[in-house]
Amino acid sequence: MAMLSRVAEHLYWMARYLERAENMARLITANGNLILDLPKDIRPGWDALIAITGSHERFYDRHTVTNENNVLRFLIGDDRGQGSILSALRFARENARTIRDIVPRELWEQINGLYLHASERLADGLSARRRFGYLQDTILGVQQIAGIGAGTMSHDAGYEFYRLGCNLERADMTTRILDVRYKDYELGTGDAVKPFENILWTSVLKSLTAYQMYRRHRQAAVRRTEAVDFLMKDESFPRSVRFCVLEMEDSLRRLPRSEEPLKVLEPVDRLLRAFSSDAVTQKELHEFVDELQICLGHIHDSVSACYFEAPAGPDAARISRPRAA
Amino acid sequence: MTIAWQDYDASGFFDELIAANGGSRAAAQSVIAHFGELSDEEIRERKAAAEAQIKSMGITFTVYSENEGSIDRNWPFDIIPRIIGAREWAMIEKGLVQRVSALNRFIDDVYHDQKIVRDGVFPAELLADSKNFLPECVGIDPPQGIWAHICGSDLVRDKDGTVYVLEDNLRVPSGVSYMLENRLVMKRVFPELFENISIQPVDDYPSKLYSCLASLAPPEVEVPEVVVLTPGIYNSAYFEHCYLAQQMGAELVEGTDLLVGDDDCVYMRTIEGLCRVHVIYRRIDDLFLDPEAFNPDSVLGVPGLLRSWKKGKVALANAPGAGVADDKVVYTYVPEIIRYYLNEEPILANVPSYRCSDKADREYVLAHLDQLVVKPANESGGYGILIGPKSTKKERDSFASLIKKDPRNYMAQPLLLLSTAPTLVDEHVEPRHLDLRPFILSGRDTYVTNGGLTRVALKKGSTVVNSSQGGGSKDTWIVESEET
Repeated sequence: MAMLSRVAEHLYWMARYLERAENMARLITANGNLILDLPKDIRPGWDALIAITGSHERFYDRHTVTNENNVLRFLIGDDRGQGSILSALRFARENARTIRDIVPRELWEQINGLYLHASERLADGLSARRRFGYLQDTILGVQQIAGIGAGTMSHDAGYEFYRLGCNLERADMTTRILDVRYKDYELGTGDAVKPFENILWTSVLKSLTAYQMYRRHRQAAVRRTEAVDFLMKDESFPRSVRFCVLEMEDSLRRLPRSEEPLKVLEPVDRLLRAFSSDAVTQKELHEFVDELQICLGHIHDSVSACYFEAPAGPDAARISRPRAA
Repeated sequence: MTIAWQDYDASGFFDELIAANGGSRAAAQSVIAHFGELSDEEIRERKAAAEAQIKSMGITFTVYSENEGSIDRNWPFDIIPRIIGAREWAMIEKGLVQRVSALNRFIDDVYHDQKIVRDGVFPAELLADSKNFLPECVGIDPPQGIWAHICGSDLVRDKDGTVYVLEDNLRVPSGVSYMLENRLVMKRVFPELFENISIQPVDDYPSKLYSCLASLAPPEVEVPEVVVLTPGIYNSAYFEHCYLAQQMGAELVEGTDLLVGDDDCVYMRTIEGLCRVHVIYRRIDDLFLDPEAFNPDSVLGVPGLLRSWKKGKVALANAPGAGVADDKVVYTYVPEIIRYYLNEEPILANVPSYRCSDKADREYVLAHLDQLVVKPANESGGYGILIGPKSTKKERDSFASLIKKDPRNYMAQPLLLLSTAPTLVDEHVEPRHLDLRPFILSGRDTYVTNGGLTRVALKKGSTVVNSSQGGGSKDTWIVESEET
């Protein structure tokens, strides 16, 4: 049966919001650890997270000071915007709810349960002592959903939209983290920060659960250029930008009529392969990330135009397909 | 202790399973005997098993509330089945087919030559004032001349055992999914009863519905694309829309999934592009179907849908305008309608009714408001009804002025004393009032469900069977009577 555009779009957004909730939980966890490890005068503080999520404007609509309390309230529990863990889970649930005839029952129940858990236990998320457990529950909850999805959904077109959403969101978060952390590093330069380079980049890797894999594959101390290279270009680590792009390519190849989105995706891969982190300055990296972000935006637009939006006018492809008896 | 049938007392009402002398009715004998042998513990187990089954099958109905959004509630279910003898059912089935075919002839006539009006059998002014008469439908020829493809008629039994048709739902009747799920639950919880009693099956409904819908597709189409059009997740019958779509293997679509092309054909938006749709089982009311033709604010419908239907490019079930016969005042004319079109006597009784448009009837109604049930012509779901014997003086006064102001919009009936059936209440059985909604499909062939959805008022003494107001349901068994 051909998949309805609406259903495909809900699956895609469901995946994006779930991934967003998980990424946010990882990011907050890693930042918390980093702050505890660095000397007071060069601590990055919590405002970096507002920068990473690009939500300055919405944040300052609600708060005046970027202290820990405000930032965490905003990123974990603010249910009005779209940036917080709680609102991402809520949107994921709303998307899943409208396609309950398509998503496997267990998947729906897990998504519903995760949202309810996150909202009932919100106070834990905002408490410094219990925060870690709360965030860990979120991460594991989303991972469990991914497992149920992989293990119970037919790997048909619908599943590819789920993968597309997940990989696009992942690539997006990885580029954001690199951009902001690089800036922190350069601004704090001087020599005060140099001794802590290792700790800082370890934290970046950890926020993407990349630390162990990095150590296995690179067998090197954690260095800035190596870490950036790993997170941008590694072909087998599931949170590197390149890996996500390759996954998206794989998904698109399995979908019908994917010529256009594939055309948009192709230069991204070329860009990544050509990228070298050696001696890259903060400005260059920032420009590169900008370029990548624009590309990711184009991928979304192209997938959306190709599959989700109304096919335009009378010339749009019309198919007549035989129905399986 | 087991169920004490000897203590069961239907207190003067007609009981579906237990006769007035305390013995079980012929068709119910095996079931009554079997339940009588179960221990309390076994009954508790079966009840819990049924509830667990309902929960795990996700049989829910949706209640929408401002604070909590929409909530899916489990469907309240009683494990004692409602039983009807096969011989009696055969008569009811014939009566339903007769009724629905006459109503379809009536609708078709009303949108064409209006012979029934010209012959003086049906008053012209009733049509002129009918809210459900859609001028847009005049002159249209839907496939096979059928307008109401899916009909759900509500049947009740009065104190003397007579079965009456209470109303015919010709617009978007719901409930059939619960009938199907109730049977599944009972088969799992009481397999031994199904082994020993021959109970007519109901499981073929989705395939009959699919065939009925497919038979409406334009003749040149070999494999029609049939879809179910739902208003969406906030509709109280969304579970049923999902369920029927899944069971038929049809796509469940919302208005925004469809569009009407320049060629007046209906298409659905899929990831492969536009895909032609031939038949729409719509679960949206007429006036929300097409913002171009009706309510311009409707976001549920599809602009141009009526145009496509008029040109015969897509079939709509039920056809727009079919609701003209689903009107409480038109209801009072059904016996005449049957005689007029079929030249037969009605097999099923209509509840005796007073038409407020008729002067003598109106005066009688106004003088006896405290004894009658007054219904507006076009409301469904029990809204805007006056139940005379339970009303206050103030309510009666306000209805009297409503009737005087718009007599055509009201009819009245004596209060029926609905039949009961034994229902589990805590650890024992008590009589509870019920009704029955069978479903009748009319396409190339006609089909009536074996039984239907029995709705039961779970509150003592209540006759309100709606699920939103404390109603539940029972499985309905058509059983070969053991004495025949």
